Amino acid sequence: MSNKIFIPCEDANHVCDKTQYKEATLWEKIKLNIHLIYCNACRKYTKNNTKLTKLITKKPVTMDTSTKESLQSAFEKELAKHQ
Amino acid sequence: MPKHVIDPNQWIKLYSDYLFNYTITRVNDREIAKDLVQDTFVAGLNSMKNFKGEASERTWLISILKRKIIDYYRKINSNKGKAEVRMTYSSDENEGDWLEERVADPFDKTAEDTIENSELGRAIDNCLSKLPEKQAQVFEMKTILNYETEAICNELDITASNLWVIIHRARTAMANCLEKNWF
Repeated sequence: MSNKIFIPCEDANHVCDKTQYKEATLWEKIKLNIHLIYCNACRKYTKNNTKLTKLITKKPVTMDTSTKESLQSAFEKELAKHQ
Repeated sequence: MPKHVIDPNQWIKLYSDYLFNYTITRVNDREIAKDLVQDTFVAGLNSMKNFKGEASERTWLISILKRKIIDYYRKINSNKGKAEVRMTYSSDENEGDWLEERVADPFDKTAEDTIENSELGRAIDNCLSKLPEKQAQVFEMKTILNYETEAICNELDITASNLWVIIHRARTAMANCLEKNWF
């Protein structure tokens, strides 16, 4: 990525995506925010993107079946010791 | 108030998802969360005789889990580990009688939240299933399973910039889909 302060929308979106996974550097985030000052489209994208991340973290996670089974079998061994 | 009874045979079925959810928001790693949940069940089993029936089974298990999570952070934060103060249930007078176990946990989910979140979960799954296969796969690995970028690239044999393009498309599609169905 170039060292210019003003970045094209494409780069801005890329930084925005990286930010969602906490992988953007400070300088990249500064450039993104400068871009957002004057770019309405990217502002909208960033807003939705952040909202998406928030929603996903709120989604209840479930254990996959294999994990659950291994948990169950390990637990049953312990349980057997107690009875 | 009726006495709560304890029945370890049902634990996994009833509480593993709840405990897992609780843990994952605090440690952010599925493997570690799974281990902690397992430790909690075992610890619960070992100290079943201390269960006084004053709180529900679930609350009781959560209070054990909290300790396990704290222990986990202590362990990774201190290489010395010698100066640590241990809080255990072993003092004779009031074993297992922690006041805090009967105090509501402000971070606990309310029933309303749970319903809303399970609806949200369905909406997300629904949108995810509408994505092209590759996008859904990458998005899931990156966002929901929290894999490292590098790990995904190796696994699927793609470059990092390739991955970010896929992620970008997936995110745009997901945001649009959720906008229609959820926002």
